[in-house]
Amino acid sequence: MADRYLDLVNSGIGRKLAAQLGLPRPAVLRRYQPTDPLLPGALLLGNAGDGLPGLDDLLSEAGVQLRDTDAGNVRWAGLLFDATTVRTPQDLDAVRAFLSAPLRRLRSSGRVVLLGRAPDGKDPATDATRQALDGLVRSLAKELRAGATANLIQLAGAAGADDLDSTLRFLLSGRSAYVDGQVIRVAARPDSATVPADWQRPLAGKVALVTGAARGIGAAIAETLARDGAQVVLADLPAAGEQLARVANGISGSSLHLDIAAPQAPAQLIEYLQQRHGGLDILVHNAGITRDKLLANMQPEQWQSVLTVNLAAQLRITTALLEAGCLRAGGRAVCLASTSGIAGNRGQTNYAAAKAGVIGMVRSFAPQFAERGAAINAVAPGFIDTDMTRSMPLLTREVARRLSSLQQAGLPVDVAETVAYLAQPGSGGVNGQVLRVCGQNLVGA
Amino acid sequence: MSTRRAAILGGNRIPFARANGRYAHASNQDMLTATLDGLAARFNLQGERLGEVAGGAVLKHSRDFNLTREAVLGSSLSARTPAYDVQQACGTGLETAILVANKIALGQIDSGIAGGVDTASDAPIAVNEGLREVLLAANRARSVPARLKALAGVRPNHLLPEIPRNAEPRTGLSMGEHQAITTAEWQVSREEQDELAAASHRNLAAAYDRGFFSDLLTPFLGLARDENLRPDSSTEQLARLKPVFGLSGADPTMTAGNSTPLTDGASAVLLASDEWAAQHRLPVLAHLVDAETGAVDYVHGDRKDDGLLMAPVYALPRLLQRTGLSLQDFDYYEIHEAFAGTVLATLKAWQDPRFCAERLGLDHPLGSIDRSKLNVNGSSLAAGHPFAATGGRILASLAKQLHERGGGRGLISICAAGGQGVVAILEA
Repeated sequence: MADRYLDLVNSGIGRKLAAQLGLPRPAVLRRYQPTDPLLPGALLLGNAGDGLPGLDDLLSEAGVQLRDTDAGNVRWAGLLFDATTVRTPQDLDAVRAFLSAPLRRLRSSGRVVLLGRAPDGKDPATDATRQALDGLVRSLAKELRAGATANLIQLAGAAGADDLDSTLRFLLSGRSAYVDGQVIRVAARPDSATVPADWQRPLAGKVALVTGAARGIGAAIAETLARDGAQVVLADLPAAGEQLARVANGISGSSLHLDIAAPQAPAQLIEYLQQRHGGLDILVHNAGITRDKLLANMQPEQWQSVLTVNLAAQLRITTALLEAGCLRAGGRAVCLASTSGIAGNRGQTNYAAAKAGVIGMVRSFAPQFAERGAAINAVAPGFIDTDMTRSMPLLTREVARRLSSLQQAGLPVDVAETVAYLAQPGSGGVNGQVLRVCGQNLVGA
Repeated sequence: MSTRRAAILGGNRIPFARANGRYAHASNQDMLTATLDGLAARFNLQGERLGEVAGGAVLKHSRDFNLTREAVLGSSLSARTPAYDVQQACGTGLETAILVANKIALGQIDSGIAGGVDTASDAPIAVNEGLREVLLAANRARSVPARLKALAGVRPNHLLPEIPRNAEPRTGLSMGEHQAITTAEWQVSREEQDELAAASHRNLAAAYDRGFFSDLLTPFLGLARDENLRPDSSTEQLARLKPVFGLSGADPTMTAGNSTPLTDGASAVLLASDEWAAQHRLPVLAHLVDAETGAVDYVHGDRKDDGLLMAPVYALPRLLQRTGLSLQDFDYYEIHEAFAGTVLATLKAWQDPRFCAERLGLDHPLGSIDRSKLNVNGSSLAAGHPFAATGGRILASLAKQLHERGGGRGLISICAAGGQGVVAILEA
């Protein structure tokens, strides 16, 4: 759906007007095209002391134009600071010193990535310093303009540069257009997580299931997974079959009419996947419904249906697929949560309960998945332009769109790109986490 | 030459709509294309070159001379899939499947789609026959004066268009009037007919409720269920309807409730060899074992024994004899409900010793069937009957029923205009 305000402030006269009046100036975000380079310009790499071994090789191999000194006139496409060695609060000044000058010359849709280590409870000063990066990056993200983003990667345990490949590519590229002010924790990758042979088709040979795939975010996920090489099974309610067939035929996927809340759904799904594909590699729980009401006015059916579809069905299906061994080694599950489940939303006690439940489920399943070399994560979309937001009153929608650091709504494809990143073989070190795709929404956490 | 069995892997249809209802502005090509697209999506057939697609329609515009091929070109199937049209009145849908299955059995093709479509809403209307002759004469004329002379032959009554009629050309009687004769001759009561109609609605509604159609159907133009279905239909309600056919007879029994309405819709069935199915990791639902098509001389024949819609009665014993089966050797019977009276007269004829001896040449009547095995998921009285689409609806449903049962044998019987009828056997 067109964001007319965004179009206006990116036109000649609109740009001047908005600047003079001090109005929000959302930028046209750089979004991923498979043939584009990772970054549209050079990346400045700095570090506090010893750099992470292999990091510069990794970036060079990914086609990044790497520089280690700020020439003073370069307009940077990306700034990456390796803070894996910081130990004391004083060490943090190196981050300020590195970023301060080149930040002024960051291109539109530029990328700032901080690389740190996750606090591990061994030394209070080290942990405090590592945690400080979290606040730094979240504030910096709010200061950036023109579609630029700032995110933090925390290496956990023995993780090294090799484990960062897919995450760095995600954060530097247009795939992460609407991911801002986030922290991604990366542990050592399980053995089964191999680097894709072709980075243009990182999901080649994988079988993916997307629920709720007939429209909106689900359709975008199916299309993005297919673009990345996956064979996609698209599930949705029988009543959505006409739309579902259209999306499926567009990506040579298979349509499956399924009510995920039906008691026989897990068994049906397992039989279908075993018969047609011999198993499953990527499970995307996207199907969801809303039945908004203030809690005082909420009918039992409104409560029950939302909890059943948005949470109970995900639990039952995931459990059944694991027990049946249907999810193959190195499998990935990505569950759609929501920023409502993190920050709460008036009129959505049922929805937020279910979505917070999804986050709890993902964290709890994570060790079981890790044992199989698999991973499960949640993606929490913020304000995304879909059919659902189309029906909002104009003013409410316009205000909601500006309430994030990127001052605009995300697109379904932004959520889809994040799902596709988590589904990649190289993302096996990311497990049990919640990644928000919200343009750093100003409401809530 | 060795033959192999043709497998039914599944099907797709759009919900059937009442004429001038939800699909009033959809053409045959629109509906058949959407149906093929739904099938392609379900079975991942995008860009796949199939052996052939056989389809057809009973009511067809002259511009749709290559209807099925055009639908294939408009669908996501490979444009290199050949197609042809078949037309055998209401037998079209089943006959296309027999043709595709036979080619698979002979090894000429490995896979194919059989289907059919019909619209009573977007019916072809032709120019008046008198006007057509005048226009053709004018077209043949070689000079302007001769052309004007020919065109002077236009008369006011030529403005009346030619509208397709649901009537037999050789008798002038509508199908309903023909069936009314058969219904009366075979003494089929009003109560029996209304009970069959109520059961059809009840069974179809139950099938929808348990999700039976979830992998047999794809919604179209916002319609997700058959428009004609009345889940709360009862014999009491049906008993209140006024008769509409056979009104010149002593005790007319056929109403709009126990006759099928004019309907729009399309269906398609995916058939293949077992090897093709295995290569594509698609489960085989059932095999199309054998089929037989028959015809009766309803123009000159006996008023009782040669009814317009009684051809399946004659075709079945030939099929049973060839396959060594009895009428009771089936787990499901799918007898197309053109009219409730058709189904009931068919069953009575198979039980009638005189008829079976004199007309079928049998020592014993074929006998009765277990009625609990008849049209268990509803049939045309509830779903509606877009002529050429009925065969595909029945084939896919029966194949799935047999697969769900874990095996068994099913019989299909479909009557058709022109005194024709098609019967077929499925096994799983």
